[in-house]
Amino acid sequence: MPETTTYAKALNTALAGLLAGDERVFLMGEDVGVYGGAFGVSDGLLDRFGEDRVRDTPISEDAIVGAGVGAALTGMLPIVEIQFSDFVVNAMDPLINQAAKLHFMYGGRANVPLVIRAPGGGGTGAAAQHSQSLEAWFAHIPGLKVVLPATVQDAHDLLIAAVRDPNPVVFLEHKLLYKTEGHFEATDDVENPVAKIGESRVIRHGSDLTIAAYSIMTIRALQAAEQLADDGIDVEVIDLRTVRPLDIGPVRESVMKTGRLVVAHEAPIPVGVGAEVVAGVVESNALDYLLAPVRRVGAMDVPMPYAKDLEQAVIPQTGDIVDAVKEVIKS
Amino acid sequence: MLQILTPEGDLVGEPPVDVERTVSLYQQMIEARAYDRKGMALQKQGRLATYAPFEGQEAAQIGAAAPLGDDDWVVATYRDAALMWAQGYPWELLFLGRVGDERGGSPPDHVPVLPPSITVGGHMVHAVGLAWAARLLGEERIALTSFGDGATSEGDFHEAMNFAAVFDTPCVFLCQNNGYAISLPREAQTRSETIAIKADAYGVPGVQVDGNDLFAVVSAVTTARQSALAGAGPTLIEAVTYRLGPHTTADDPKRYRPDDEPDPWRERDPLVRARRYLEAADAWDEESERAATDRATETMDRAIELAEATPDTAPDHVFEGMFAEMPPHLRQQLGEARR
Ligand SMILES: Cc1ncc(C[n+]2csc(CCOP(=O)(O)OP(=O)(O)O)c2C)c(N)n1
Repeated sequence: MPETTTYAKALNTALAGLLAGDERVFLMGEDVGVYGGAFGVSDGLLDRFGEDRVRDTPISEDAIVGAGVGAALTGMLPIVEIQFSDFVVNAMDPLINQAAKLHFMYGGRANVPLVIRAPGGGGTGAAAQHSQSLEAWFAHIPGLKVVLPATVQDAHDLLIAAVRDPNPVVFLEHKLLYKTEGHFEATDDVENPVAKIGESRVIRHGSDLTIAAYSIMTIRALQAAEQLADDGIDVEVIDLRTVRPLDIGPVRESVMKTGRLVVAHEAPIPVGVGAEVVAGVVESNALDYLLAPVRRVGAMDVPMPYAKDLEQAVIPQTGDIVDAVKEVIKS
Repeated sequence: MLQILTPEGDLVGEPPVDVERTVSLYQQMIEARAYDRKGMALQKQGRLATYAPFEGQEAAQIGAAAPLGDDDWVVATYRDAALMWAQGYPWELLFLGRVGDERGGSPPDHVPVLPPSITVGGHMVHAVGLAWAARLLGEERIALTSFGDGATSEGDFHEAMNFAAVFDTPCVFLCQNNGYAISLPREAQTRSETIAIKADAYGVPGVQVDGNDLFAVVSAVTTARQSALAGAGPTLIEAVTYRLGPHTTADDPKRYRPDDEPDPWRERDPLVRARRYLEAADAWDEESERAATDRATETMDRAIELAEATPDTAPDHVFEGMFAEMPPHLRQQLGEARR
C-alpha cells in the first residue's frame, strides 16, 4: 500500500532492508551507531543489527573509506558514511586512486562494491566547510558512479541499486531533503533493485522548455514549473538522478520537443555537471532543435557564506530557475 | 598524571605561578565561563548559529595560554574560544563569528591566532608550518595547537606530530581529552592507554596532566614551550578534562551518556578548585567572587552588543574575500548579488 514518509526514513528503511537481507552488508562511519547518524538516517539500526554490522568509527575518514575498499575487495558490501560530504576530501586517496581504479588495475579480477554515503548541499547555515556540493569532482573520475536522489522513493530505491552495483558508488544525499515527505513504497526485495543507476527520468511533462536537474534542484525545478504554469509557460522537468553515468538520452529527446534548455544544480556553475549536460545535448542532433541559447543555473562562484541572507543569495533558489526560464523563453 | 592542585584545592606540588598571577588567571576563567554560558543562552534565543560549549575545559584553555609569549601562535578549534581570547582574540569577534559572519574570523593585526578550525584535525599541520617559519625567520616564538581526543584519530595528527618531531619545529600539541568526540567515548577512539603515550611513537615527550588543574596545565605548557624554544622540538600534552555540556547546541547527549555521568566532574570543576586554593591563601572571598562575576557578565553583554551592532555582511565582503584582486566574472556576480 502506498504511503508517505521522509527522505531520511526512506534511507533508513533501505539500510534496514539491506542489512536484514544480506549478511555481506555492513555500515560504518562517525556516530552512525549509538547516535543514529548526525541526521538520524541510521536511527535504531545498531540495536537491530549489532555493532559488528553498524559500526561507530574513530574520526578517520581515510580509514573509513579505505577499509571499506579493502572489505569490498573480498565481496563484502560495505556502506560507509562520511558525516558531511565536505570531509570526503580527507579520503580522496582511497576513493580516487584506489576504489575508482582497482578493478581496472587488477585486470578486471576484483570488484569494489563500495557505497559512500554523504550529505551535501547548503541552506542549513553551516558555512563554507559544511555546505559544499562536490559531485562534479567525483563525477570527473573514471571508475566512479555518482548518485544524487531527489525524491523520497529514489532515496530508497537508488540506495539499494547502489549497494547492488558491483562498482564504487558515491551516494550524495542533500541535508535539506532529509525531512521532506513524499510518496513511498518499500520493497522487501533488496536483491533486485527497482531503480537503475544511470537512468534519468522525465518527472513532469511540458512542451515549452526542458529543465534538467538533480538532487534538491529537481524539487526546486518542479516548484518553478508550477509557478511558470501560472504564466502560461509549460515546462518539462527531467530528474537526472545520477550524474555519472549521465543518461543524456531523455534530455536530448526532450530538447528536440521543447527546443529550449535550462540546467540547474546547486554546485557553482564553472566546470560543473551543467556544462556536461549542455555538451551532451549540443554534441547530438538535438542541437538543430534549439530555438534559444541554453542557460545554466547554479551557485555563485564563492564558498558558502555563513550569514543566512547571503547564503540564500549564493544558493540558486526556485526564483532563479523561474528567471532563467523566462529569459530563455524571451530570447 | 600530573596534578598540582587537587579538586579540594590542596597543593600536592609546586605552583608554577604566584598567588597574584593565580588571581588573574582565575578571573580569566570566570570571564571564559561567562562567555560560554552567554553563548549557550544566546543560541537558545536564536541569536547565534550552532554553538560548541567548553564548560569544564576552562583550566585547560586559560592554563595553556598563560605561559605563552605575546607572539606565540595559537591554532585551535571551534571549542577553544577561551584559549583564543586569552591570546588576544577579542570576545566580540568570537561572538561575531558565532552570529554567522566571516568577519569574526579576521583577528585584529598582531593577534597571533588563526580562526578556529572547523574540520577536525586539519589545523595541526598549520601549526607545524607556522613554527617552521618562525624558526627560518629566527623569531623567538612557538606555535601551540589545540585539538580534541577525537582529532588524534585523523591522519593529520600523525603527520603533524611526525613532521614537527623530524624537523624539531617549535610546536606544542595540546590535546584536550574531554571524554567524547560527539557520541564516541574516548575508550572507543583509541586503544592507546593514554593520548600522551602516542608521543613515544614520534620520539618526543608526552605528558598527561589533570586538565581541570590550572597549575598542572600551566606547568606542562611552560616546560614544553621552553623546550621548543631551546630547539628540542615539540611536546604532546594531554589535558584530561570533561565536556560538561553537549557537543554543540545541535546535540543531545542523552543519546549516548547517562544524565548523571557529568555529576562527578562537576565536583572536579576547574573553577571551584582554583577558588578554594585562593580562598585558603586569603587572596579571594565572596566579595571578590561577586565583583568578578558581575564584571564578566558586563563584559559579555558589551561584547555581544558590539557583535550585534556590526552591520550585516554585504555581498561585497563575500566576493572581495575570494582573491587578492577581484576577477571580472566575480565582479559581475557581485553586481547580481547586490540586487
Ligand atoms: C574532518 C572532519 N570529520 C568530521 C567532522 C565532524 N565532527 C565535528 S566535531 C567532531 C568530533 C570531534 O571530537 P574531538 O576531536 O574529540 O573534539 P571535541 O569536539 O570533543 O572538542 C566531528 C566528528 C569534522 N568537522 N571534520
